[in-house]
Amino acid sequence: IGYGLLTSRFLSDLCKCDLHKLEEGPPLQAVLTREEGLQYYRTMQTIRRMELKADQLYKQKIIRGFCHLYDGQEACAVGIETGINLSDHLITAYRAHGYTLTRGGTVREIMAELTGRRGGIAKGKGGSMHMYTKHFYGGNGIVGAQVPLGAGVALACKYLGNNEICVCLYGDGAANQGQIFETYNMASLWKLPCIFICENNKYGMGTSVERAAASTDYYKRGDFIPGLRLDGMDVLCVREATKFAAEHCRSGKGPILMELQTYRYHGHSMSDPGVSYRTREEIQEVRSKSDPISMLKDRMLSNNMASVEELKEIDVEVRKEIEDAAQFATTDPEPPLDDLCNHIFYNDPPMEVRGTNPWTKLKSVS
Amino acid sequence: MAATRLFLRASPVKCSLTGLTGGVHSSLGLTLLKLSPACTAKPQAQRRHAAHFTYHPEPAPSQYGPTQKMNLFQSVTSALDNTLAGDPTAVIFGEDVAFGGVFRCTVGLRDKYGKDRVFNTPLCEQGIVGFGIGAAAAGATAIAEIQFADYIYPAFDQIVNEAAKYRYRSGNMFDCGKLTIRSPWGCVGHGSIYHSQCPEAFFTHCPGIKIVVPRGPVQAKGLLLSCIADQNPCIFFEPKILYRAAVEQVPTEAYQIPLSQAEVLQEGSDLTLVAWGTQVHVLKEVAAMAQEKLGVSCELIDLRTILPWDTETVCKSVVKTGRLLISHEAPVTGGFAAEISSTVQVRVRWEIKAFYFHRGWSTYGSL
Repeated sequence: IGYGLLTSRFLSDLCKCDLHKLEEGPPLQAVLTREEGLQYYRTMQTIRRMELKADQLYKQKIIRGFCHLYDGQEACAVGIETGINLSDHLITAYRAHGYTLTRGGTVREIMAELTGRRGGIAKGKGGSMHMYTKHFYGGNGIVGAQVPLGAGVALACKYLGNNEICVCLYGDGAANQGQIFETYNMASLWKLPCIFICENNKYGMGTSVERAAASTDYYKRGDFIPGLRLDGMDVLCVREATKFAAEHCRSGKGPILMELQTYRYHGHSMSDPGVSYRTREEIQEVRSKSDPISMLKDRMLSNNMASVEELKEIDVEVRKEIEDAAQFATTDPEPPLDDLCNHIFYNDPPMEVRGTNPWTKLKSVS
Repeated sequence: MAATRLFLRASPVKCSLTGLTGGVHSSLGLTLLKLSPACTAKPQAQRRHAAHFTYHPEPAPSQYGPTQKMNLFQSVTSALDNTLAGDPTAVIFGEDVAFGGVFRCTVGLRDKYGKDRVFNTPLCEQGIVGFGIGAAAAGATAIAEIQFADYIYPAFDQIVNEAAKYRYRSGNMFDCGKLTIRSPWGCVGHGSIYHSQCPEAFFTHCPGIKIVVPRGPVQAKGLLLSCIADQNPCIFFEPKILYRAAVEQVPTEAYQIPLSQAEVLQEGSDLTLVAWGTQVHVLKEVAAMAQEKLGVSCELIDLRTILPWDTETVCKSVVKTGRLLISHEAPVTGGFAAEISSTVQVRVRWEIKAFYFHRGWSTYGSL
């Protein structure tokens, strides 16, 4: 088909954000170019297929332990990444596979980490909840613990004067942890360049937000920190809001809080079917009306920015990439036993660690 | 991973440290150590190990009334049921307890006793324990659940600085003795670093609280009811791997098993084995293997209460056998076995010529 007949850019209307202690919010319109659209589509589709593959591998017991899947929330990861630079910093909780990808990880490394092999992004020692890349601080298991860390990273950015910011994500369940509020205070007091983002997927494990929070206006919970709430299923909205927030931080105004209203299709983790605290109808409704990938696809098709075949081609390529990665993840060997005690401490020279009896000393190298 | 401390009698086996390292004598230490597959210096083929022991139910106790088949989480539910029925001030709270809890320990209680007595808290461990201390100080029998022992650290300040010291610093005017904190504990095979921890050693450094770890359903119910009744704040760690695996005939009525009393499960003459929680069952198998393969008679003690622990029973046993081996799942450095071994060494050193060494992993518990 003649690509010359396709539109190269299009001005899209965006949803209005709810604002807290802000005079004005992000723009109500944004330009989406063809290249951008295709790239967002590809990345979101990659995350979606990767998560579904992880689901499959988990059920085959090739991935074990804990696995918290991100499908449904792709627009958050992709939108945020396009609103910041790769040199900025990001930290999130355990639903981290999407961010690992957007922050520079490859699907192969991510899947190999899920299966616990040496080709994994954390050398097979971290697993689903502990994935890291340069400027991506994980991947954190303890709920809420990553938020003060994020403020610390923001402090380092301010101290070093490198005009970088830190995006610090947490969920609606974590929003009730004490350390979040301690962090709000510190970040605001010291005007740290920190974007706090609450990914509100309406359920903290199995508890709906109404049953857990006295105030479900998570964007207002920062009190003295300006906040905005927006639709986290629209990748353009997320992008513009993130750009707005990043600008706010970089100009030295201090932290800002964003609440992304989003949804996860899977349960909290692979051991949660996800239907005991919500109805299948609800999940189906979100899938049909607000799926982030479908929304972007419709937008591009209806504005003649891409053809159906082109998007199908991307789907096929993504599927292949995921298959290859899964193949690698299944066949790569596990980390060697020598790795068991490595990286406990920083040590120079290498340290010896007791084994199960005093005569087997294991080497701990860092 | 299991940490063990081993005391050896200096004679007549002539076990010097060097002798044990090199020799292939029938020295007790070396051969005992060879029982554990993880002992070999050669790296093994990597196999996946599931539960590394078989649970053997104990015979049904006859002195507490009619019994019913229950697993560990059902015995906990039964204990909580008895408590809520008999004590109108009792309340249970924690994350997700209302629907029954992530390990099903509180199933049916909300329907039976009402949502003002069994209720969910938001995701805030420090808040849960702090709130529990206040409720207990005001007169409610407060039973708080921390969803996994790995998450207890935000509440560490509340437990150590508030709960443990309340009675002391107020000159007995106030106390939170009616507080009991329950938490799933221990390795489970797939838990990794944040769903497998055994933090009892952190808390043993703090006078004013009691720490209890049961080995099975009958023990769990009796010990939990004792903790609830005890006039001190108690932490009750429930071995999560036993929640479904351990099934016994458990009395349906309330009964108590005394705290700070260790139990001798099996008498022996050559070696004292001490453990708590899941490791008791591992050591049961070790004792059987030692008897069968080496002719070694082991005395097995379940410590049950970690703080304050029953020094009499353990010391008496070591005086008899002359050798002590302690096994626990937590890392070896600063683990509670260190405390037990140093206390025993001081208490019985004139009866035994002993020197000890300890073995165990110093890496993260669940790798």
